[in-house]
Amino acid sequence: MLTQALLLSGALFVIGTLGVMVRRNAIIIFLCIELQLNAVNLAFVALSRYTGIEGQLFVFFVMTVAAAEAAVGLAIIISIFRHHETVNVDKFNFLKW
Amino acid sequence: MTGVGTAESAMTALAGVLSPSPSAPGSASGVAAQAAEQWEPLLPGLIVLLPLLGFVLNGILALWAAGHSSAAVRAGEEWNPFAGPSRPRTHTLPTLIGPGVMLLAFILALVNFAGMPADLHDPVIRTYWSWIATDTISVDAALQLDQLSMVMMLVVTGVGFLIHVFSVGYMKDDQGYPRYFAYLNLFVFFMLVLVLGSGYATMFVGWEGVGLCSYLLIGYWFSDRDKSDAGKKAFIVNRIGDVGFLLAMFLLFNNFGTLDFGPIFAGAEGQLAVGGTTVTAVTLLLMLGAAGKSAQVPLHVWLPDAMAGPTPVSALIHAATMVTAGVYMVARSSVLYALAPTSQAVVAGIGVLTALVAATIAMQQYDIKKVLAYSTVSQLGFMFLAAGVGAFTAAIFHLVTHAFFKALLFLGAGAVIHSMHHAAHHADGHLDEQDMRNMGGLGKFMPVTCVVMWIATLAIAGIWPFAGFFSKDEIIWYTAAWAGAGSNPFGTLYTVYWAVALATALMTAFYMTRLMVMTFHGANRTGAAGRSHIHEAPRVMTVPLIVLALLSVFGGWINVPDALQESFAGLFGVLPMSEWLHHWLEPVTHAAAQIQIAGFGEPAHAAPPGGGEVAWAMISTLAAAVTVAVAYRVVGTNKYVPAARDPGPAGVLRRAVYNKWYFDEVYDSLVVRPLLAASRWCWKVIDTVVIDGFVNLTGSFARLSGWTMSLFQTGQVNMYAFVLTLGVLCVLGAAVFLQ
Repeated sequence: MLTQALLLSGALFVIGTLGVMVRRNAIIIFLCIELQLNAVNLAFVALSRYTGIEGQLFVFFVMTVAAAEAAVGLAIIISIFRHHETVNVDKFNFLKW
Repeated sequence: MTGVGTAESAMTALAGVLSPSPSAPGSASGVAAQAAEQWEPLLPGLIVLLPLLGFVLNGILALWAAGHSSAAVRAGEEWNPFAGPSRPRTHTLPTLIGPGVMLLAFILALVNFAGMPADLHDPVIRTYWSWIATDTISVDAALQLDQLSMVMMLVVTGVGFLIHVFSVGYMKDDQGYPRYFAYLNLFVFFMLVLVLGSGYATMFVGWEGVGLCSYLLIGYWFSDRDKSDAGKKAFIVNRIGDVGFLLAMFLLFNNFGTLDFGPIFAGAEGQLAVGGTTVTAVTLLLMLGAAGKSAQVPLHVWLPDAMAGPTPVSALIHAATMVTAGVYMVARSSVLYALAPTSQAVVAGIGVLTALVAATIAMQQYDIKKVLAYSTVSQLGFMFLAAGVGAFTAAIFHLVTHAFFKALLFLGAGAVIHSMHHAAHHADGHLDEQDMRNMGGLGKFMPVTCVVMWIATLAIAGIWPFAGFFSKDEIIWYTAAWAGAGSNPFGTLYTVYWAVALATALMTAFYMTRLMVMTFHGANRTGAAGRSHIHEAPRVMTVPLIVLALLSVFGGWINVPDALQESFAGLFGVLPMSEWLHHWLEPVTHAAAQIQIAGFGEPAHAAPPGGGEVAWAMISTLAAAVTVAVAYRVVGTNKYVPAARDPGPAGVLRRAVYNKWYFDEVYDSLVVRPLLAASRWCWKVIDTVVIDGFVNLTGSFARLSGWTMSLFQTGQVNMYAFVLTLGVLCVLGAAVFLQ
């Protein structure tokens, strides 16, 4: 059971990571990050069956942080959109040298 | 409470300075120690402190005046420091303090002189506090009173006091009046430290201090570029000499473990071989220091330029006291010099060469102060000749008499310049107030100055019975006597020195007469407009001149040689005090004399070509008198024209002499220009290219590497995510595969 759960978690994480790397839309990148977090959550829950309750506890932390992150991140994205009329991250390269 | 405590401790410290713990010198035989115990010098510390107090008080007044004048400049107002309520602080108080502290110091010195027992064999040392105390070296702030320092102290405070009084008249209208007296008092303080210090270290403090004051006073009118440059020149040339002094001190410390005079001179004969390398090196290095301070060839070039200072300063510092510090130092180190015959020959050679070179230059100068400056250099050369041949008493004797007549000559020249200055104000066009071609016939206007300067001229020319006759004759005689000493290895050389010294003495008579004739006799060349403003100096200036004139007449009688006592020179036994100075200085000089007699044999009783002391005294005074008379006639018939219309001297030799044998030009091309070129090269190449290049290279490297790294900052979020993932994968991969 654990193997299948970890495989699923790994697959989800890889999908999330690839999404972050290749997608241009900020909202999609954001969703992919959520996917990564939840992949990790799945791994935590699956492993907690063998190692103890700490894994499940940690999931709650991750969910709270993810909620807070979503609130802040979405606010930033909205703010960017108001200025630039786009959420394409290719256009947001003004923090470079 | 704290204030009271501080004041109390200050009082205790002051009391400690005024009445220190007496400490007899280490090597005292029973009788000598007793004599030293019996004599308590009266407040020697106060003699030194009084001029320092004068400096502090005058310095405060000078700062006050400077603040007011700069405030007036800022406000765009005219501030006359000598009018209204500021006058007490800018004139009256400095006038009282400046000469006042000198008078008190002189009186104290006289009291001590009167109380000093004649049989005092060892110097009395007063230790005030420990200046440097380490495991290897300990130096006390201590004063040493013995016969030599007593003579120097009397000259410094006595002649110094007269010059301070003269300055009251000379500097009357100068804006920096309090500052002038502050510097002058500070100079006397350092000069007293120099002559009273009980070791080379203490002496060096005074040595550097007088150098500083010399710099400050040469550049006293510092807004004039030439004058401040002259101050710098004096300071820098003196540094060359000071290197020698310092190295000599290091060598002495290396050999004796101390810098105090007592142990060094007591142990020198036992520890150092006669003519050995160490003692020769020490004495030659000391001579380098002395040559810098006393303006001996080849370091004499600063003294004529030092005439940029106010004339009383030239009289005090650059004639009577500071420049003789080198002679004092050599005389103080007489034991060391007696142990190094080669150094003695070098010292005497430098002395006689300086005397000759400076005398030739003095014969062809037109600036009245330049003639006197070269005359001073020449006379200092005579003193070094005396010190070099081992006649240390004669050196100090000439130092004393020279202080009298040369101070008088400078102050007289000051009175002339003072008067010419007023004339220059009213003359048509520019009038150089120091150029003798613009003078002539001043004797009619300034009779007192003329008479006293003639006295000084006869004294320096070596005409009996004036002071210079006795001192200069003694130098020349001792040169001859030691030249004929049985086993003197440099006998022939000394004979040459003697002949040159005789010739130089006659040149002295010539250039001084020339100065007097050009200044005071013949027709006046000042021009009608200025002439009516030439006047005799005020009494505050003429009285010091008259006192110095009396000293120039009678000063030589303190050391009438025994051999001359019964002849014409001693007025057939009438002149008192036969060889008084000689006997007085005996405790200081007898050790050196013993060594010298042991090495050279007894001095001869006849000059190299024959003839005794009396005969040569008569020859030299007659020759000097003839030279004066001839020079008076010859120069008197010369037709001088005012400087503005004079094309300058004609002929190669005259031109070379007029241009001071091109010493300055040679130094300029051999030292100054190469040094400037080397400095410029160091600046343009070493500093700008190498050092700046290296610093800039490190900066450029940081910038380059920063720029390279900044290429990764594309601003593309996906790119960052990719790199991040790659990094994580690498770390994980390493963790897995390297386990």
